[in-house]
Amino acid sequence: MYDVLIVGAGVIGGMLARQLSRYNLSVCMLEKENDVAMGATKANSGIVHGGYDPEPGTLKAKLNAEGVQKLYDVADEIHAPYRKNGSFVCAFGTPEEEATVRKLYERGRINGIKGLEILTGDEARALEPALSDKVSLVLNVTNSGIVCPYELTVAAIGNAMDNGAELKVGFAVSAVEKTENGFVAVAENGTRVEGKYLVNCAGAYSDRVAAMVGDSFFTIIPRAGEYMMLDKNEGSRVSHTIFQVPSVEGKGILVSPTVDGNLLTGPTASKVADPTCTETTPEGLEAVGRLAAKSVPSVNFRQVITSFTGVRSSEKNGDFIICPSKTTAGVLHVAAIDSPGLTCCVAIADYAIEQLRAMGLVLTEKADFDPVRENPHAFREMSDEEKDAYIKQHPAYGKIVCRCETVSEGEIRDAIRRNPPARDIDGVKRRTRSGMGRCQGGFCMPYVMRLLSEENGEPMEKITKNGEGSAQLTGKL
Amino acid sequence: MKRNLICIICPRGCAMTVEGEKDNLTVVGNACPKGKQYAIDECTHPTRTVTSIVRVANRVDTMVSVKTAAPIPKENIFDVMAKIRAAEVQAPIEAGTVILSDIYGTEVIATKTIL
Amino acid sequence: MRAHDIVIIGGGPAGMAAAVAAYDAGVTDVVILDREDSVGGILRQCIHNGFGLHKLGRELTGPEYADVYRKEVEKRGIQVYCETMVTAVSADRVVTARNRQGIMKIQAGAVVLAMGCRERSRGALNISGTRPAGVYSAGTAQKMINCEGYMVGKRVVILGSGDIGLIMARRMSFEGAKVEAVCEIMPYSGGLTRNIVQCLEDYDIPLYLSTTVAEIHGKKRVEGVTIAEVDENRRVKEETKRYIPCDTLLLSCGLIPENELTHSAGIPIDPITSGALVDENRETAVPGIFACGNVLQVHDLVDYVSDEAEIAGIGAANFVKNGAVTGDTVQTKAGNGVRYVLPQRVHTDKGNDVALFMRVTQPFGKVRFTVKSGDTVLATAQRLKAAPGEMEKIVVKQDKLALAKEPITVSLEVL
Repeated sequence: MYDVLIVGAGVIGGMLARQLSRYNLSVCMLEKENDVAMGATKANSGIVHGGYDPEPGTLKAKLNAEGVQKLYDVADEIHAPYRKNGSFVCAFGTPEEEATVRKLYERGRINGIKGLEILTGDEARALEPALSDKVSLVLNVTNSGIVCPYELTVAAIGNAMDNGAELKVGFAVSAVEKTENGFVAVAENGTRVEGKYLVNCAGAYSDRVAAMVGDSFFTIIPRAGEYMMLDKNEGSRVSHTIFQVPSVEGKGILVSPTVDGNLLTGPTASKVADPTCTETTPEGLEAVGRLAAKSVPSVNFRQVITSFTGVRSSEKNGDFIICPSKTTAGVLHVAAIDSPGLTCCVAIADYAIEQLRAMGLVLTEKADFDPVRENPHAFREMSDEEKDAYIKQHPAYGKIVCRCETVSEGEIRDAIRRNPPARDIDGVKRRTRSGMGRCQGGFCMPYVMRLLSEENGEPMEKITKNGEGSAQLTGKL
Repeated sequence: MKRNLICIICPRGCAMTVEGEKDNLTVVGNACPKGKQYAIDECTHPTRTVTSIVRVANRVDTMVSVKTAAPIPKENIFDVMAKIRAAEVQAPIEAGTVILSDIYGTEVIATKTIL
Repeated sequence: MRAHDIVIIGGGPAGMAAAVAAYDAGVTDVVILDREDSVGGILRQCIHNGFGLHKLGRELTGPEYADVYRKEVEKRGIQVYCETMVTAVSADRVVTARNRQGIMKIQAGAVVLAMGCRERSRGALNISGTRPAGVYSAGTAQKMINCEGYMVGKRVVILGSGDIGLIMARRMSFEGAKVEAVCEIMPYSGGLTRNIVQCLEDYDIPLYLSTTVAEIHGKKRVEGVTIAEVDENRRVKEETKRYIPCDTLLLSCGLIPENELTHSAGIPIDPITSGALVDENRETAVPGIFACGNVLQVHDLVDYVSDEAEIAGIGAANFVKNGAVTGDTVQTKAGNGVRYVLPQRVHTDKGNDVALFMRVTQPFGKVRFTVKSGDTVLATAQRLKAAPGEMEKIVVKQDKLALAKEPITVSLEVL
């Protein structure tokens, strides 16, 4: 019997587990996929939003204002890479758009956001020369930044697990049974796990999990956003994250560097039937290219290395839902976490913990909690001399497996061994960047498969791209 | 019979037509005698070199590449493939080593050296 | 820091031929650095035959062709470091490499870049749809099958009819897979006729021209693809879309020279070839750094790779012995019907014949190439047929070359 069951190991469930692992509690995350960070977490813009956008008085406004610094602090502890690069929100000459820029500035002030200023188009271009000459007025958001959402999640869950939290992957909760002292979460395959409290962090599926405990007061509206990722050659096209003034559909198409040095463009916003609708479409990708070029005309789309679609979990009221079940004591819903959910993840976790405390969960601090997760990129960041010395002790770091991103065998073996262990090719990719570069795994995939096979004692034919049903090979010759 | 084929002898790729009976074929469309010979061979006894791999039994996931030392009749390709698939070798093996003999008048030999 | 006269980056067919040629030109302190566990490069997985007819006068498989050069390298005692990946090359020819022993820095007298190329990926092609397992670049599938001994699929569609795509259609058929179709977005195939006949027609595999894969289906593993015809602007014709069930999509949609190290040394790149700008010795714009093989321009025949690498190897040896080549150069330019010309600049006063290599813009019938400098005709050549998939070579004689005072243009006229 666990003290807390968390349904969903995305950035919200993962960060909640990490913040709960400070206390003398047994915590278990139940994740339906083969790895963590597999839903909206792995496919979003990766922006730490300044906090100018949410309507004053909303939970989003409150948690965004608190959340930026909290996120940076935790990211420092768990060695999740981020960069405070600042962002621009651009108007393109129309009075309506310029009025929106001024309105956002005002809203940011009300939300208590520091470091906002309004720039003329020329002032903005002085800071960001690639900006379109059509840009007429800009909100400069100096506290905002970029973060890698899946690395943040892997780091948070890794740190939680190092502090005793557990993770069950391949556990798709299909029913929740109320018992005398808590709950049993039942997986599709019949496996049962018991807990005293249950927190619903199931992202796009959170309304379905809510229904399992009898709640039907919210409905998730899945909204797909398509992106194109460009080669590192394009990564310094801009240094700020460039937004266009927001519309009802979202925050508009952005052009942004990523913490890994690529250039990201997107997302579109279209309602989809189902959270599994992660197809890219010709129309969507065309729109991303066209609208990104509106902000930054010089982006070279011949340098696209991959495109993808993320599905955000919105709700009609537009605010986060973080509240106890209306029908079943001991259940907390953390749902409808769309933008700025990533920014707020630590603030959301802390807010959820306060709710759990109010629901009766006893929180006593763990004496041996270690807030620090070892830097998984320590080797990558060494000087040549330090690398040389390290390789002489650990030769596997001298064998480069992924030539595009310079990832060594040692780093890949680490990713397969460390919490949370990479279990498939995509899991290795998200942790090490092996296969994420310009050749997209063309050269390194066979080698990565061999390392997974060796480390996990599984035959090559069983190695998958991302869990059951996604084997790369169909047989031995 | 009448058959259209494209010559593969050189990059020019002549479109050729072969007509007549087995011992009395006429070829039109060829630009050179090599093309004519190719067309007649293709219509009477087409041959192909088969290349594939054979598992090296005493090495983990190691394959040695192989080929038929001479072209074999085209209609026997899948038969030869079946024989190759059933074969196994032991390392070390030198390129040129005979792996299967008596294969439609030729042999299957290794094309790679596995130490 | 250690020092070597010539450091060759890459031990594929280009690197090995360059090393041998440099050695034979009198510079014996040559080392080859290769990232794989043995030399041979991509030839190690190209187990089919058809290599060496031009260069060696006999028909070999890829591994056999590589072996010819491996033995030449061994015979000369040229040092080869395998599993050694070069991570940086500087303009002053300091090569930084990494292997299981540590980080190695070498001051090179001359450097030969021979890193080869990579395949265009699904992402770079921007094919829409899902992102399941079972989408392979053709070369990755070739490695899995031919080197690792594992099958990658049972029911296959191939996008791209370049030679690798065609070869893989046959290879998959040999191993029992059903190849449903080969789709080619262009109105013609970039592959050799021989391969279309022997890899597709022999096995009744349909080749659909002006056709692309518009969409990939399947959540976890490929379940099918939507193929569609394209118009002259390569836009999908909606009404021609049709679904083909399959579990595997192989991509053979072009090769991209791997010039990341070239960039790091500040060497200028030709936007058409995606390789370095070089002179007739295959010396880049940075003195003492040479380039050859598929990192310089994507070749269709390994035989030409070996030829080009020998030029670069000799160039590097001469640089070590005599220093930089000085003297007058003129640029070369692609004229009518020609996509690019390599080398991009030539010395006119060296008393050597110079071979120009080029590709045409589209398939032609009978053509005449004319090499001109201003109004002076330097060379002409006739071909019965010319196609973008087949590299053309025209030699300019030394006496004619000496007349070139203005940029040299190669153009063609259809006869």
